[in-house]
Amino acid sequence: MSNYERPLSPHLQIYRWQYSNAFSILNRLTGLFLTVGTVLLVYWLAAAAQGPVSYASAVILFSHPLTQVALFLWLLSFSFHTLNGVRHLVWDTGHGLERRAARTSGWLVFALSIVVSVLIWLLALTRFSSRVEMGGLV
Amino acid sequence: MSLRSPLGKVLGLGAAKEGASHWWTQRVTSVGLLLLTPWLLISLLVLGDLSYDSVVAWIGAPLNTTLLSLLLVVWVYHAQLGVQVVVEDYVAHEGAKLLLILAVNFLLIALGVLGVFSVLRIAFTTAGLN
Repeated sequence: MSNYERPLSPHLQIYRWQYSNAFSILNRLTGLFLTVGTVLLVYWLAAAAQGPVSYASAVILFSHPLTQVALFLWLLSFSFHTLNGVRHLVWDTGHGLERRAARTSGWLVFALSIVVSVLIWLLALTRFSSRVEMGGLV
Repeated sequence: MSLRSPLGKVLGLGAAKEGASHWWTQRVTSVGLLLLTPWLLISLLVLGDLSYDSVVAWIGAPLNTTLLSLLLVVWVYHAQLGVQVVVEDYVAHEGAKLLLILAVNFLLIALGVLGVFSVLRIAFTTAGLN
């Protein structure tokens, strides 16, 4: 189509960061990260579908410290994106759009997403505590 | 009653070409995910045991097979809708934009199909019978 070298209006590089645009961009960033994580979910299911040997390999991958860090980051993203998504749905009904309400709900969502993530992570740690339990390797 | 002029509609004017149904579908998939993702999370936590036998038996139960399949479809759909707007918003080069949109769509659809296929394969080949 048209490839004229027109100057484009800079946005991310110029506009001042405030809670409003920061949370909005964070919603997009977390959404992208969550999408990447879909690969891990499908990998887990595909490994289970292939059989116990493939599943054992999947367990090894998931148990790796780096994977665990990634999973926690993914959980953080999931919590924020979900809670902020609810905030968006509330906005769609027309409520909470005033400045004060939006600021409060934004920071509430941010704080809650961290709390919820930590809670779920701790819960998961206690539930899935032993490696034997996770992989039936022994 | 649409505010778009017939010519504008036909020429697909505007950055995203069309958007109202996208907006609605994004909301519907959001609500679907709000229902299905807690279900998956809670189910796995309650299951407690993520060993092969346990997981496969759980997936094979008809209700779980159904909800898991639905979750995958809704998940992939929601992701596609979201990622596509991001590409449309930030990729200026029309050629790159088109390629990226195709790639994202194809990859996500492939992931969705692989996921649902895996779930169904487990359901059809394991004894989820009591």
